[in-house]
Amino acid sequence: MTDYIIKVEKLVKRFGKLAAVDDISFSVVPGEIFGFLGPNGAGKTTTINILCTLLKPTSGRASVNGFDVVRQQSQVRQSIGLVFQDPSLDVRLSGLQNLRFHASVYHVPAPIREQRIEQVLMMMELWDRRNNEVRTYSGGMKRRLELARGLLHYPKVLFLDEPTLGLDPQTRSHIWEYILDLRQREGTTIFLTTHYMDEAENADRIAIIDYGKLIAIDTPERLKNIVSKDIISVKTDDNDRAAEEIGLRYRIEVIRDGDELTFEVANGEEFLPTFVREFGTKILSINLHQPSLDDVFLKLTGREIRQEAASSEIKTIVRQYDRRTRH
Amino acid sequence: MKLRQSFVNMIGARGTSTMNNLRGVYTLWYRDILIFGRDRVHIISSITLPLLFVFVFGIGLSARMGDLAPGINFTQFLFPGIIGMTILMSSFTAGVSVVWDREVGFLREVLIAPISRASVAMGKTLGTATIAVIQGIIILLFAPLVDISVSAWTVLVLLPLMLLLAISMSSLGILLATRIKSLEAFHGLMSLLMFPMVFLSGVFFPLQGLPAWMDILVKFNPVTYGIAPIRQVVLGASPDSLFSIVLFGHTMSIWEDVTMLALFAAAMILLAMWSFGKQD
Ligand SMILES: Nc1ncnc2c1ncn2[C@@H]1O[C@H](COP(=O)(O)OP(=O)(O)OP(=O)(O)O)[C@@H](O)[C@H]1O
Ligand SMILES: [Mg+2]
Repeated sequence: MTDYIIKVEKLVKRFGKLAAVDDISFSVVPGEIFGFLGPNGAGKTTTINILCTLLKPTSGRASVNGFDVVRQQSQVRQSIGLVFQDPSLDVRLSGLQNLRFHASVYHVPAPIREQRIEQVLMMMELWDRRNNEVRTYSGGMKRRLELARGLLHYPKVLFLDEPTLGLDPQTRSHIWEYILDLRQREGTTIFLTTHYMDEAENADRIAIIDYGKLIAIDTPERLKNIVSKDIISVKTDDNDRAAEEIGLRYRIEVIRDGDELTFEVANGEEFLPTFVREFGTKILSINLHQPSLDDVFLKLTGREIRQEAASSEIKTIVRQYDRRTRH
Repeated sequence: MKLRQSFVNMIGARGTSTMNNLRGVYTLWYRDILIFGRDRVHIISSITLPLLFVFVFGIGLSARMGDLAPGINFTQFLFPGIIGMTILMSSFTAGVSVVWDREVGFLREVLIAPISRASVAMGKTLGTATIAVIQGIIILLFAPLVDISVSAWTVLVLLPLMLLLAISMSSLGILLATRIKSLEAFHGLMSLLMFPMVFLSGVFFPLQGLPAWMDILVKFNPVTYGIAPIRQVVLGASPDSLFSIVLFGHTMSIWEDVTMLALFAAAMILLAMWSFGKQD
């Protein structure tokens, strides 16, 4: 046995001209929660698909649980579980039948099968709807069923591709409790991709991927140290002039992000009052915050990671509001 | 031993236990049965067209036509052919359901499961084939309405014949589905293949006295060797009757027909299992 449960070496996947995964290498130790972070189209799902034997790499090597993902596909498949980012349920079957199908092809022994099915359905609050056809489920219910199914058998490595996208905070925290418990009891290795920064901070280590390349890999704490200082974002009525002024006066680097300017200072609380008093350009809004993985990403790539995620959150809020006003 | 190993490699079953693969076959088979059982509309619609053929087309033509063989009118001649056609058309849809599973994403759930891809293809083939045979039997229940008497023995002999035809067609469907990824393209190809196979198989007319070009196509069509034995068994016809296939001047027995069909079925299912493992 190797010390690594996942080992990826110089992995490349090209779709025509596009290098979706571009020469990445990393390894994961058993029992680790490993987070994959990156904007849409970064190559996260493609990497997972290769590790799960659904795609063949263009070049490079990867192994899961000591088995090569190209040459020892069946052994790899016996070692893994996967919650897909995209739908993968049979909507013509009931929720219960989908889970029984899964339990059966994954050889969950009959005596514990029903008990586990009940457990995951209860956790996802789908027990009452278990006999309904999946086509009658709401979007969130379908997502919860996918998760329930992924957690049904206890694999060596569990891949979760955006597991909690579109789920409410309560369900998300249930899922995290379950995942952490699974790791504790079974020593399961978790490989996840996510857009939620708070969720990524649950990981032991995080790899940041952009345009198919790994740009950073470390613990969340140490990644946050990249942005060692406090972060200030301002909106002004003339960002060009403001950027120039900040650069000249404080000799610090300014990042433009949409209509905002972002920069770092050592001691934000003391800096802010003088800044506001002395600044020559009209300030529309100003905001000081402690570094998060968001800022790490922004710092490393010059772009914001959460744009899409944020807009979908707004949609959820609007939807909830709609529902409330309709009653 | 070496042969067995290379066979196992070929169908992609390496590294998975036989027991697990058998359960995989069973699980995929059972899923098809569950879905079919739920879908009343599908059950009814799948027997409507065949019954129209028998009771409208058949009876309509019989009125102006004499007997095709002593004591056998056109409707009676057509009836077993339509049973075969029902099975053929129904089992071909195995491919549609694979393409569909790929489109809705469920196929990935199956493809990363710890069962061999070959057993997935096998389970799918058997599931669709079982449903096709059930539909064939439903048509058979209408036999008394066209004055054909069916004994328990007939049904018993008929079952393996129907199953063999169903398996060869559903594995052909699956084989195509591993290469054709869009539902529209698959539907197009399916009717392109299915109708010639039905028309050139002796479902609608006896195989004697055909023009040479048609005779060649008919004998190349594997379905021909599925329809003829079904007809001979249902009509209780003697082995050298008008309803047998004559190949190179030799009148083929039911056993010879079945051997031809079985060879075709075996080739198709092996190809389907192999090709299923090769797709991504
Ligand atoms: N089958 C495919 N054919 C062609 N291009 C593909 C295919 N699958 C993915 N790509 C491309 O590869 C790139 C990486 O895609 P991937 O799905 O891995 O991104 P991701 O990081 O998972 O993004 P997201 O956060 O949106 O899920 C994208 O540019 C995508 O368009
Ligand atoms: Mg993705």
